[in-house]
Amino acid sequence: MKHHFRRQGWVAGLFALLVALFILTKFIQPNYGAGDLGSLVRAVLPYAFAVAAQTVVVIAGGIDLSVAAMMALTSVTAASMMAGASEEYALLVVPFVLAMGFALGAVNGILIVVSRVPDIVVTLATLFMLQGAALLVLGAPGGGAAEWLKSLVVGTIPLPGLPDSVTAWIPKSLVLLVVLLCIVWIPLNRSKLGLSIYAIGSSELAAFRSGVPVARTKILAYAFAGLFAAMGGLSLTMSTGIGAPIPGPYLLASVAAVVLGGVALGGGKGSLLGPIIAVFVLRLVRTDLTLLAIDPNVTAIVEGSIMVAVVMFGAFITMRSRSS
Amino acid sequence: MTTSPLLDATGVAKRYGAVAALKNASLSLLPGEVHALMGANGAGKSTLVKILTGAISANVGRILVRGQERDIRSPAKARKAGLVPVYQEPSLIPDLDVLSNLRLTNTPVEPFRNWVRELGVPDLDLRELARDVPLAIQRVLDLARALAVEPDVLLLDEMTAALPANLAERVLEVVKGQSRTGRSVIFISHRFVEIAALCDRATVLRDGETVGVVDIVPGVEERIVELMLGAKVEKRRVTQQRAEDAASPAGGSTRIAVRNLSVGTKLQDVSFDLKDGEVAGVVALEGQGQDELFAALAGSIRPAGGTIEVDGRQVRFSHPADAVQAGIAYVPGDRTEALAMQQSVRENIALPFSAAFRNWGPIRMGKEGATVQGAIERLQIDTRAQREVQRLSGGNQQKVTIARWIAADARTLLCFDPTRGIDVGTKQEIYKLLRQLAAQGKSVLFYTSELEEVQLVCDRAIVIFGGRVVDILPVEIADEAALTRAAYGLPRDAKADVGILADVHSDPVTRP
Repeated sequence: MKHHFRRQGWVAGLFALLVALFILTKFIQPNYGAGDLGSLVRAVLPYAFAVAAQTVVVIAGGIDLSVAAMMALTSVTAASMMAGASEEYALLVVPFVLAMGFALGAVNGILIVVSRVPDIVVTLATLFMLQGAALLVLGAPGGGAAEWLKSLVVGTIPLPGLPDSVTAWIPKSLVLLVVLLCIVWIPLNRSKLGLSIYAIGSSELAAFRSGVPVARTKILAYAFAGLFAAMGGLSLTMSTGIGAPIPGPYLLASVAAVVLGGVALGGGKGSLLGPIIAVFVLRLVRTDLTLLAIDPNVTAIVEGSIMVAVVMFGAFITMRSRSS
Repeated sequence: MTTSPLLDATGVAKRYGAVAALKNASLSLLPGEVHALMGANGAGKSTLVKILTGAISANVGRILVRGQERDIRSPAKARKAGLVPVYQEPSLIPDLDVLSNLRLTNTPVEPFRNWVRELGVPDLDLRELARDVPLAIQRVLDLARALAVEPDVLLLDEMTAALPANLAERVLEVVKGQSRTGRSVIFISHRFVEIAALCDRATVLRDGETVGVVDIVPGVEERIVELMLGAKVEKRRVTQQRAEDAASPAGGSTRIAVRNLSVGTKLQDVSFDLKDGEVAGVVALEGQGQDELFAALAGSIRPAGGTIEVDGRQVRFSHPADAVQAGIAYVPGDRTEALAMQQSVRENIALPFSAAFRNWGPIRMGKEGATVQGAIERLQIDTRAQREVQRLSGGNQQKVTIARWIAADARTLLCFDPTRGIDVGTKQEIYKLLRQLAAQGKSVLFYTSELEEVQLVCDRAIVIFGGRVVDILPVEIADEAALTRAAYGLPRDAKADVGILADVHSDPVTRP
């Protein structure tokens, strides 16, 4: 119980911060409602998948700079394949794009393992390659998306037996996010592979000596990052209806949320829940600052300051609880 | 030799670039035998163990397990072939709890629990993060984890080096029990006592080659040391030699005076003096506050109370640089704490004095080179692999950590178990060096976990128990029995004031 609390303490703190922010938002903008929540989640969606991708890799002791570029490539691939195609065709496009993300991620991992070039260099290189590839697929924003895909992120889910006033607060996009993350993360976390990912991030030497196949585990960690990145790319196409070849601001945002979410950049520590809450916190802060009509440039400064302050505060609390 | 060997390795060699770590090693292990693997540091013991357990693979050589060639080119495969190691450093994943660590290696939990209990740790919380488990217990868990999979061959690399005496005893008993059930153990240790008590045979390595296999019988130690060093070793006691050191300034002035020092909850009210030209031994069981004492003197933690005087002036160190400035240098037992492993020998030695004086201008390479060369020659550091310190053997690494402070001309050395895991030859060199330094008027505070070293090197022994100085023994009576008694807090003879500080100044036998 004691251990459980210590490990979840950070996440609980973040969640409290998120709730406080929602209350603050309601205070700033008294008519902040269910619709606003829906658009917040829609805006968060690509960020959340980018963060999930980054989290897996960082826990394994690496870093993936190609996340945003991979999202751009998968997004334009999906959009150009679905442009003018039938609704049913999209049923093939989705698994294809997901598989593509998985494979591209695996390529990242294989390059790192085989070439022994540091991960930061390899993924920086693939960032440029994937960016170029995205521009080859679509020179300018365009393409299309199947209607059923687009409708997946719009509106709410009517639950039988629950009044509309309640279901209005459950946007489809949130359900989609939670379901997709759980489908991948929970089995992964329970499996030996998940354990191995934590192990190589914590201490590669000790993991190797414990008989963990370090190379294979690392490749799979990057592959899962690719899978999450592909989900992010799809979510971009879903919410905009097109594909844009220029990567969005997802890379640095993903690293920021990973740090804020209590995942050690050195690897081995943390879970997915923290970074996902962190990404909501960061987006909501931005919303609040916009509502307060603060200069967008100042907004960025505030975001940065919050990050440093929260991480410092967290480290301070941890130190206090250790020494007592 | 009627029974066929359980493990048979012949002609094993491993090269790293131009450096041959192993040239022609062989090892034959009979069922039910405890087999010592011995050799000076750098002889290739660790390399051979790593090859046998799949951590690295050999360039050439034939390894048979139960007469069959088995693929042992990864730790997982070696494990399947029945070869399970316990390495020198803890191998648990620090950020996983103990249970997850077991799951990772497919270790059955119940046998593990039983072994942990057997090894003398009654209350273990499997949900505890490995990081939070004390180091000595981690070693025990490593061993229990290896035992739980019932390996045919257990390889123990310096298993007992970091263990307190009571745990070490249990470990030795358990190892003995293994051999009774027909399993075999390869045992690496620098402690002859353990080997004599435990092992049936010993394979001796020198410079990457197997130079002999001997049966362990009383009196075989000399022969083993001879094989290890390749020449007859001088068993001269450094203490006796000290009488010849007429240059040693008898009763030098007080260099460091510690008064009523306390650090956290670990160290309370400690007082003693360290004089110029003396080597003062510190003796304590594991975790009695000696770590905190050295850290406070080296400036890496701030004491909660009491004073430290250097050359009669009170000092307050807020950073190790302050201690270095005052001429006090810390030599940790763990080399990795002190060295920049990927840098060259030269850079490592030059680091303290090139970084001194807040001197961030250009480094005078010529002068630096000469100083470094002087230190290397003085310590006879083997510089064949000098481009990266991490490729040196443990003994040579330890020499580099001492050499840098000699090059920096530190007046006081705080040596914390500097001979841990080092071969006999290098140990002798380090003893001699410390005496030479003392003869030059430098002072050394020398913590050791090997009690016999006290009479070899020290002028007196400060014994710490439960965070307090319980006794200060003059070297003449500081034999292992007396030190052990004192270290467990037992009074010396009928001395009534145990637990109260022994005042150094009124001690008539501080120096011989």
